[in-house]
Amino acid sequence: MRIGLLTAVTFLPAAGGLLLVLVPRERERALRWGGLVVALLALALSLGLYAGFDGSSADYQFVERASWVPSLGIGYHVGVDGISLLLVLLTTFLTPVALASAWSAVEDRAKEFVITMLLLETGMVGVFVSLDLFLFYVFWEAMLFPMYFIIGVWGGPNRIYAAVKFVLYTMVGSVLMLVAILALYVQHGAATGTYTFDLPVLARWVVPPGPAQTLMFLAFALAFAIKVPLFPLHTWLPDAHVEAPTAGSVLLAGVLLKMGTYGFVRFCLPLFPHASLAFAPLVFALALVGIVYGAWVSTVQPDLKKLVAYSSVSHLGFVMLGIFSLNVQGLVGGLIQMVNHGLSTGALFLMVGMIYERRHTRLIADFGGLWAVMPAFSAVFLVVALSSLGLPGLNGFVGEFLVLLGAFRVNPWLAAVAATGIIFAAVYLLWMYQRVVFGEVAHEANRRLPDLTPREWAVVVPVVLFIVWIGVYPAPFTGPSEATIEALVVQVQSKASVALHVR
Amino acid sequence: MIPAPPVALGALAPVLIVVGAGLLVLLLDLVPARGGKAHLALVALAGLVGALLAALVRWGGAGRAFRDMVVLDNHALFFHVVIAYAAALIVLLSLDYLRRVGAESGEYYALVLFSTSGMLLLTSAADLLVVFLAIELMSLSLYVLAGLFKWRHQAGEASMKYFLLGVFASAFLLYGIALVYGAAGSTSFDRIAAAVAAGPRDPLLVIGLALLLVGLGFKISSVPFHMWAPDVYEGAPTSVTALIATGSKAAVFAALIRLLAAALRAAQADWTAVLWVLAAATMTVGNVVAIAQSNLKRMLAYSSIAHVGYMLVGLVAGGPAGTGAVLFYLLAYTFTTAGTFGVITLCERAGEEAVEVRDYAGLGRRHPLLALALGLFLLSLVGVPPLAGFVGKFYVFGSAVRAGFLWLTVIAVLNSAVAAYYYLRVIVYLYMREADGPSAALAPSFAGGLALVIALVGIVLLGVMPAPFADLAQAAVAPLLR
Repeated sequence: MRIGLLTAVTFLPAAGGLLLVLVPRERERALRWGGLVVALLALALSLGLYAGFDGSSADYQFVERASWVPSLGIGYHVGVDGISLLLVLLTTFLTPVALASAWSAVEDRAKEFVITMLLLETGMVGVFVSLDLFLFYVFWEAMLFPMYFIIGVWGGPNRIYAAVKFVLYTMVGSVLMLVAILALYVQHGAATGTYTFDLPVLARWVVPPGPAQTLMFLAFALAFAIKVPLFPLHTWLPDAHVEAPTAGSVLLAGVLLKMGTYGFVRFCLPLFPHASLAFAPLVFALALVGIVYGAWVSTVQPDLKKLVAYSSVSHLGFVMLGIFSLNVQGLVGGLIQMVNHGLSTGALFLMVGMIYERRHTRLIADFGGLWAVMPAFSAVFLVVALSSLGLPGLNGFVGEFLVLLGAFRVNPWLAAVAATGIIFAAVYLLWMYQRVVFGEVAHEANRRLPDLTPREWAVVVPVVLFIVWIGVYPAPFTGPSEATIEALVVQVQSKASVALHVR
Repeated sequence: MIPAPPVALGALAPVLIVVGAGLLVLLLDLVPARGGKAHLALVALAGLVGALLAALVRWGGAGRAFRDMVVLDNHALFFHVVIAYAAALIVLLSLDYLRRVGAESGEYYALVLFSTSGMLLLTSAADLLVVFLAIELMSLSLYVLAGLFKWRHQAGEASMKYFLLGVFASAFLLYGIALVYGAAGSTSFDRIAAAVAAGPRDPLLVIGLALLLVGLGFKISSVPFHMWAPDVYEGAPTSVTALIATGSKAAVFAALIRLLAAALRAAQADWTAVLWVLAAATMTVGNVVAIAQSNLKRMLAYSSIAHVGYMLVGLVAGGPAGTGAVLFYLLAYTFTTAGTFGVITLCERAGEEAVEVRDYAGLGRRHPLLALALGLFLLSLVGVPPLAGFVGKFYVFGSAVRAGFLWLTVIAVLNSAVAAYYYLRVIVYLYMREADGPSAALAPSFAGGLALVIALVGIVLLGVMPAPFADLAQAAVAPLLR
């Protein structure tokens, strides 16, 4: 079998990880470099995807098919469109960043750590490229366990509780999705005579509107809503983030949460259009609650990581708002916001991780006056915080603006309430920044903190580069996805045949 | 003059090979040997591999013998392979294990072989009398094996409990057979099928079949007939526990499937309703009680009860898809469970076998490969792709949804989410807690290592490339369900 580019991007990390098993554990440097090189190779290959991607087409590209379990209509079928391409790139970009960030933070069992991270990368990319529901489910579940180990083995003091909570929350959602996948398979087979798990084939058919579609939608939506996480299913998130090591937090916030929102776009909307429309008001309500509640709770957090974790709840609320506004602006905004959140929140976790490595505390009250001690760190931290709060000229603004535009077309009140989330984001981020960076040096221990090391520069500069690039000139990022999203909106509409607010 | 029944030993070839090996072991045991008992294990292994090969070469054929009391079709052969595999793995694992606890003996291997021959015979039984004989042959050997470590007080309890509840179950079975014979005038599956088709509501027949189900339910430890399992699993030598959990369960399932498919097809709606309830209860009780266990062997006992529940879901779904899924599940479950118990035989704490979950704290650091193996087996039990356990569940649940048993499937998947909790708890100890005492893991010898590697390759292969094995399972049930 010829191995295509997409398969290579997906499985290169896992293959590299398995090769690293052979390296003896004493050779820690070799292991770390090996892991980084593998992740960078995957990044290079994924850039090939970007280069070869035809942005004018809404079709899946780099498609590969192979038969797997023919008797059940299961196939190995992968491909990317404008939506998944960006998320694949986000994954391949953040994984080497995360690996580099753990260079000195993870000392215990470095070999297992590097291998687990690479396995996780394969799982994450696999989720985004799968075009077969069985294959998707395999990656979706398989990806859970590397993250479980990353939190549980290399996490903070309460790591076991957080890891188990993370897995159980996700499992409950995903097993019900498995039943829905099977039900969809059976219904499609009974109606058309073709029993298949192939997503494009299934998406050409619509489950008859009614209780069956509603239940399937709810089962899928539950799995995805837990992952997003949509209020009130978010309670695993602060625990997981606080306990996870920095590299785990970066990937958890940067990529894993996107799997939930991606799931809504890729599966819920095209497969269950009527139910998606019917439940849109509920999703709006939960997204708005998440936006406002996440922001308020962030404001009062004494712990930096918890603050960033709750801000994720708020930011992901924007993404959900954009997706379910079901118009091109909203969806493009939601997609860009997914990427942005991955970059800015990932960067925030990196920055928090850097001061945690120096001081072994994350409490805001333990800092203050860092500008005098670590000017470079403080400057980068400022850019990252501003990007997270959506300052025009940085990436966060583009996504939030488009989402608000899309929401406004559905109902101006949605946009109005959501906009308060942006205001509160400014409150909690700037207030946090002020307490950490400005003022007098409050603690003696902070007086001699070293500024960014060359390795840390190497970790943050690429992220900041993209933060500025997307903010100033987003076209290269929105470009490839527009055709796909337009086609998706048309598809959902024509299936649901309900007048929507388009253009 | 009564004509002598035709003797067709060919249909019994795998059984006879195993019995022959058992007798040979007994004979050789009389010859004093200096090098321990390893050569007896080798003979046992040779017998099991011989049975395996004898079964494989007969694949696709359909032998009948002893006036159709014994059938050697693909269904039986599939189970022959599963059981012979399980028994062979267990013999490989026993070698180190028995030597370490100082219980090396010839009769151990002989009993394992005799028990296995009963299991093999059970899979080909097409007559209730043969079912009974085979179950007794299998069980009597297992009762003795369960009490093998006679210096442990749990062993006596296990053996006694297993024996008492086992004969209790046999009594149910026998009473059921008697009633069915009264109603159908025969104990042959074909004649019972005719009687069921003629009068499915005949009270005698219904009561008889219900008692049969109780008897078989005991043997597979389905709720509410599961009480013996935790004590026996805990008290029996771990290698024997593995045999009880895998081989004996597979054999009884084979008989149950044949009984349901060949004899009771006409009453499918009735027993489907009964099995629905049994399946839901078995999964739920097994999983919920497993959460509370701190002893790994007891936890695995309850977990194996839960797995029986999942397999019953496949029987409820029925048809070639559901039944084939159960066969695949049993294959996956056998590899996984044999592997799990295999790792346990290699771990000890303060000279004793390590059976408490906390004894496994920090194993990931002290013995990374062994911990990795146990971790993978446990993840397969959870049902994590791409391992065998996941694909087994997928086939079973898929067939249930397709047959319209949506809510039973929902119960089943929620159960598997619950199950994740207690399996992951062991993994927590393996990797996320530090050792708190003199626990140790022994480096497996070649035989033990080989067994673990075979089991590991099995769960990965079944998980990544399930299609050929699932096709075999389908081919196995096809002649039954024609």
